[in-house]
Amino acid sequence: MTKRIGVFDIVNVLILAFVAAVALFPFIHMASVSLSSAHYVVRNEVSFWPRGLQFDVYGEVLRDNRLLVGYKNTIIYVVLGTVLSLFFTSLGAYSLSKRTLTFGKPIMLFIVFTMLFSGGMIPTYLVVRSYHLMDTVWAMVLPGLVSTWNLIVMRTFFQGIPAEIEESGKIDGLSDMRTLFSIVLPLSKPVLMTIGLFYAVGIWNNFFYALLYLREESLYPLQLVIRNIVMVGQIGDAITSAASDQQGIVLESLKYAFILVGTLPILVVYPFIQRHFVNGVLIGSVKG
Amino acid sequence: MLIRNLKRDRTYFLLLAPVLLYYVLFKYVPMFGIIVSFKDYNLFAGVWKSDWVGLKYYKMFFQNPDAYDIIKNTFVLGIYKVVFGFPAPIILALLLNELRWKAYKRFVQTVSYLPHFLSAVVASGIIIMLLSPSTGWINHVIQSFGFEPINFLQQASWFRTVYISSEIWQEIGWGSIIYLAALTAIDPQLYEAARIDGANRWKQTLHVTLPGIAPAIVILFILQIGKILEFGFDKVYLLSNPATYGTSDIIATYVYRMGIIQGNFSYATAIDLFMGLIGLVFVYSANQVSRRLGETSLW
Repeated sequence: MTKRIGVFDIVNVLILAFVAAVALFPFIHMASVSLSSAHYVVRNEVSFWPRGLQFDVYGEVLRDNRLLVGYKNTIIYVVLGTVLSLFFTSLGAYSLSKRTLTFGKPIMLFIVFTMLFSGGMIPTYLVVRSYHLMDTVWAMVLPGLVSTWNLIVMRTFFQGIPAEIEESGKIDGLSDMRTLFSIVLPLSKPVLMTIGLFYAVGIWNNFFYALLYLREESLYPLQLVIRNIVMVGQIGDAITSAASDQQGIVLESLKYAFILVGTLPILVVYPFIQRHFVNGVLIGSVKG
Repeated sequence: MLIRNLKRDRTYFLLLAPVLLYYVLFKYVPMFGIIVSFKDYNLFAGVWKSDWVGLKYYKMFFQNPDAYDIIKNTFVLGIYKVVFGFPAPIILALLLNELRWKAYKRFVQTVSYLPHFLSAVVASGIIIMLLSPSTGWINHVIQSFGFEPINFLQQASWFRTVYISSEIWQEIGWGSIIYLAALTAIDPQLYEAARIDGANRWKQTLHVTLPGIAPAIVILFILQIGKILEFGFDKVYLLSNPATYGTSDIIATYVYRMGIIQGNFSYATAIDLFMGLIGLVFVYSANQVSRRLGETSLW
């Protein structure tokens, strides 16, 4: 095999460098703008590296009560939602993975049908409202409790566990319940981890339910807070005055800082969890 | 027999019960809620006691001059997403595959996944700020080349470009994962044979690599067609504004405005149901085709 470096190789390296730069640039740019002194930001002179390094904006951002409330709410929704979703999805998927389950086929059909057709936004909204879930923590958890896609992925995974392993447990006198909890679930750590992460990221990023079902500001998750500040421009009074002060904070820096602080957890844990996500996509594609 | 099986499976039914209850309460009950589209929904009377009005709200939608634009916008955005968004990850996977420098390959891959994890709010926030005509970096670059700044998000003619390119930016790396996996499954002997026959790298790509990942491409394409009308409400809603409604107003955002904001529950449900049925036709036919061609299907 020849190892000659041709024109194509060089072009290819450059194209891929461009792809990587486009993916990465917005993050670097945001960080730079938020860390640069107002003088340079106002004159649009910041692109890659921060100029006139300063951290004042982050002080203002962390002083904003709405951000802290948003963080707290989002963490509650993510923890509660992920635990419940993962728990119920895995129990359901395990039962459905039994090929001998009575009515197994019709039940599966009943579930998959919801991927094809749904009542739509308004009927769902009216139903959630009639259950009195509006303006409660549950509005962020219950309407999306089970994801059909995740359920199917887990079911496929459970079906791949050799029946002999479960049977050996049965022979030792374990009940169905004990077999699940002491044999099957410990064997399923990879899929539980992956699907758990899918649920967690989904709830962390969930803006739609918050927009529909929450009116009470004290319940707003981070996404709604970021949207109100960055897009609707609801900058707090204290910050606006600080921003109009000559000594140096620009609204643009502030907005970028809000975005970054709101995305930070994902950016920080991302290198550690991305392998699980890649596995998840591949497990999902086995039967897709 | 049945009784005995039910008894045998009782633990499984117990475990499955919460899931089934969820589907009944949050998926099937709303399906019956569709009847509000045939009624004059009255907040105080509730769904059951409101008066029947037949197809009034369906007629209302089709007599509305905006209806044509909204249906068209929904389809055009969906089709553009397939036409431009679908090939992008394939091309990226092929380019990555040709790379001989492994560490660099891993770097590009890892970095390209990153935007996928941004929420719609954060992604839209970044897009809006980067495109701002006065302070955005992109317009800064455009100006430094001596052109006039463009107000991307206030011009209907720019909406589709902005939306589709941002979708590609977010999803290209993530979408390439499956193709890269399919590429690793290709037998290296095929490449060797091709080389002996004198095929250069372009010919190898054409005759070995592409046929190798063709099944994955076909299946994913069909699935994509099935979901043609099903794209995120969030980002369209966040990026659009009254100035761009001419191209950015899709069924989902229109339903949200009519239903949730203005409280025309019956009217909004009628539109949603109409689109839901068209979507159903798409998914169903896509699945039929995929079953016949690829022997893979959703159900």
